[in-house]
Formats: sequence, C-alpha cells, structure tokens
Amino acid sequence: MKILVAIKQVPDTATQVKIGAGGKAIDPAGITWIVSPYDEFAVEEALRIKEKRGQGEVVAVCLGPDRAKEALRSCLAMGCDRGIHLNDPAWVAADTLTTARALAAVIKQEQPQLVLCGRQAIDDDMGAVTAQLAEVLGWPCAAWIMEESVDADAKSIRAARQMEGGLEVFDLPLPAVISAQKGLNEPRYPTLKGIMGAKKKEIKDLKAGDLGLPTEPPQLSVVALEALPPRPAGRVIPGDVPTAVKELVRALREEAKAI
Amino acid sequence: MANAIWCVVEDDRKGMPKKVMAEVIGEAARLGGPAEAVWLTDTARDEGLKQLAGWGATKVWLLENAAFAPYRSEVWAAALAELATAQSPKAIFGPVTSRQREALARLAARLGVGISADSVAFSIEGEGLVATRPVYAGKLLSKVTWGKQPWVATLRPNVFRPAESQAGKTAAVERPSAKIANAQMKFIERREEVSTGLPELTEAEIVISGGRGMKGPENYVILEAMGKVIGAAVGASRAAVDAGWRPHRFQIGQTGRTISPKLYMGFGVSGAIQHLAGMRTSKVIVAVNKDPEAPIFKIADYGIVADLFEVVPALTEEFKRLLEK
Repeated sequence: MKILVAIKQVPDTATQVKIGAGGKAIDPAGITWIVSPYDEFAVEEALRIKEKRGQGEVVAVCLGPDRAKEALRSCLAMGCDRGIHLNDPAWVAADTLTTARALAAVIKQEQPQLVLCGRQAIDDDMGAVTAQLAEVLGWPCAAWIMEESVDADAKSIRAARQMEGGLEVFDLPLPAVISAQKGLNEPRYPTLKGIMGAKKKEIKDLKAGDLGLPTEPPQLSVVALEALPPRPAGRVIPGDVPTAVKELVRALREEAKAI
Repeated sequence: MANAIWCVVEDDRKGMPKKVMAEVIGEAARLGGPAEAVWLTDTARDEGLKQLAGWGATKVWLLENAAFAPYRSEVWAAALAELATAQSPKAIFGPVTSRQREALARLAARLGVGISADSVAFSIEGEGLVATRPVYAGKLLSKVTWGKQPWVATLRPNVFRPAESQAGKTAAVERPSAKIANAQMKFIERREEVSTGLPELTEAEIVISGGRGMKGPENYVILEAMGKVIGAAVGASRAAVDAGWRPHRFQIGQTGRTISPKLYMGFGVSGAIQHLAGMRTSKVIVAVNKDPEAPIFKIADYGIVADLFEVVPALTEEFKRLLEK
C-alpha cells in the first residue's frame, strides 16, 4: 500500500518571531525550524500502517523553500521511504488552495491509496489544506481523527473523527484523505541508523511547471503582519488566601464584570 | 439588493441553532449585511428559525434533508456551493466548529476562492474585506484579504459581540431544492463522550484550567465542583494531559483546543508558550500559582500567588455566596 504524507516546515513554537522587512512575513533570521507537530502524528500513523501490513511505501511531500529539505530529511529519518520537495519561488505566497492544488497534482502522479496530513500547521494555523485537497481530488476526507484501521484489502479505511461531544466513526473508500492530531499516536524519535539512512534516501525536487500547474496569484493574501496589542497590566492580589479570594471575586464582579 | 453575507448555521443536531450564531450574525450585520442564515440540517425546529430571525438574520435559506446528518463535508460543500453559485453572496461566514472548519474549507476550494480560518476581527476596506487572525502560536496577528468574492471565513467563538435577540423579528424562509451529492463516506457509529454536565470547552464563556500543579488526576474534582457553581468548562495544560491526568480533548493550547472565553482561570498552570497559544485571546485571565515567577502572571489580569489547594475551595465557596445572592 502506498501512502503519501503531506508535511510543512514551521518555526519551533519556542522561537521568537519578528516581523520581517516588507511587513508581510516573518524575519527568517535566527529561527529554529521543525516539522509541524501535527504532521509528525501523520508520519507516525503512515509508518504504523505500513509496518502493520508488512509492506508498502510512505512518501513525504513538502511545499516550501530550500530550507524545507531539512524537514523532509527528518521524516525520512523517522522511516519514510522517499521525499518530494515542491520548491518553486512561484509558491512563496501560496495560500491553502494553491498548496492543495500543488499537492493534488503530485498525488495524481504518485497515485497513493491514502493521504495523511496534520490537522493544521502551527505557523499560520489555517487548518484548511486537508479538506481542500480532498475537494480538489474529489476524495472523501475525515479530519482530526483519533483512531483508524485500513481493511485487509486496502479498499477502505475506518476512521474515528473528533467532534464536539463525541467521536464519529466512518468507513471511507480508498483513496481518501485523513488528518492526524494529538491522541492518535506517539511519534517515534529517529534512531541514529534512521538519521544515517535518511541521507541516502531520494528527495525529488519539483517545480510548478513539472506538475503542469499555472502560476496564479493566491486567492487569499497577507496584507500585513502586526504585533499583538499589549494587554493592560495585571495585578497580583496580596494578602492571605481568604482575603485575596474575596478581593478576586469582588474584582471579577465589579471591575472586570466577568462573573 | 446588496449581496448578502451568509452565516452558515451551527446547530445542536436537534433542530436549534447554537448561540455562537448570535456572534456570527451580529458580525455580519455590523459589516453592513444583509445577514442571511443558511441552515443545512435533517430537522429544523420552528423555534430555531425564529431564533435566527431574532438575532437579526433577514432571510433563512433552509436546506432540510436527511442527507445532511450525520455531517459529511462532501455533502455539505456540494449543497452550499450550488446555492452560492446561484445566489452570489459576497461573503460566507461560519463559526469555528468541527464541522464548519472542514466544510467551509472544502467549499472555498470548490468555489476557487480564499478562506480565512479562525478569524478574530474584520473590517471593510475599500471594496474588499480584511480579516485579522492570530498566527505563530498567537504571537503575531496576520491581516489577510481575498482575491474575489465570496469571502469565506470561519470566526473564533466568544470573540465577536453577539447580536441581542429581539422577539417579534421575522425572516423570510426560503427552501431551495438542494443538490445532494452521493456520499462516499459511510456512517458507522457515534460514540458519545461521558458528559461531565459542564459546557463544551470551545463554547464555554468561562473556562477553568488545571496544570501540573494539580498533582494528579484525582484532584480535578475540585475544579469540576467550581465549574458546576459558575457554569464553566474544565480544561488542562499539555503537561497535565501528557501525564495522562486528562483526556486529549481537554487540552488547551497548541496541539489542543484554542479557546477565547470571557473568563479564563488557570490553577497550577505555568503558562508555557504552547498553552498561551490556545488561550491568550481570553478577555479576562486569572492565574493562581505558588511560583511568583510563573510566566502566566505576565499576561494575567489578576493573580494570586498561593497554593491552589487552598485557593480553589475558598474561591468556590465565595462564588457560591456571590451567585446565591
């Protein structure tokens, strides 16, 4: 069974981000880049499906600039068999739909039976690519899944998606797109052998033209990045616990009108 | 007649719109409207239609069909796209919920337009719409705009000012025939979570959160007791979830849920950047922690430096006294 995992390289959460020159993107200087955490759940799940079936191939795909190759190497070190790097200056300001169309074009070439994504990338937190990819391909999709199992013939996948108040279980005929989230699994750490082996695995570079895609302006574009407005200064309420608690409740009722 | 702003209805799956729709309709009207509700459901109640009108929807497009339940994005997006193509709304809004974050993304792809997910503010600038949305773990705000209409967006709950419900308002109800796509997904079952009797984390106006300072899973009962008194949801930090004290669905922050309640109270929560990412747009933030250096005090409106096991019971009693008055 061939499985494709779409991943994104993002700044580490703990990294300080600053607005770059031009005001529409962050300053890349000094940023630590990682594979978006939700994508690691997707990679892990893909590897587990392959291991459980005893055969198959897991292909990691990433749209991003040159630096994104490191993220693909991390996925290869975890155990993915090969990588595809969608690397074209035309995609610098790609929105979710442009990304979904590029991924769909790769998927049409590769013809995997299953596509896994993370539920959202933790840089722009848009969380739209999974559903848009499914739409472009005309495939069913299940987002935010907490468990899955592929049937013996690799004809369908049973997936439990997280909804408000419960889990909803569906059978999706393959091919299908699903998005992974925390709780689905515990992603493995790459072993030293995995890291060494990753250096020899293939990463193919593709440009928009290789996929027969026109270069169009994005449908959603960033006008500006802005710093957060400062929160009004807070205060620590002094005194022993009974006194402080009384004052807190008074303040919540009378000042903040929050209760 | 000006092109409308559509508000896709999130309901309780029993025929009533959820109250988050007051926020969506309120914002659509504030942007100049006209605010029209679009309701995909297997069963709509008359009171539900009245409620949408009461919040200010001037029209309700009611697509009532058994195929809309259980929700499947392929069915919803096809029906919404067909209606949108016929009616040309200028914008299509919905609240951030499990269903709509997926359905509206799929709809935007089908219509070939942009989507702004998890928006926290809008402004009309010239002929266009500009949305504001938190990015990079909530450390920055991104302003985005669309290449063409309809402008599709999801709205973070509890951020926008809700429309006040006015009795006696009416809305025309249109019942267009809906395009029902053949669903590829086959429904097997729904597994309800054991109800805590407390509100859903992402919908609650008050959220109580317990971190590593809770010391163990058995101690969350004191937070739940407080939750019952003030009608609050009870969540947890990543540290507490990773320790196995609470199920994943209760995690607040990155790799968990994003919340924006009127009041957030963290007990024994240190305020790691991952946690702040999921709660920093809360209106009022209270922090209780033994450690005066805990980062959460930097964004808290009110802090108490003390042992949470002393504060929580005293605070619960004080809330009880206040609310029984």
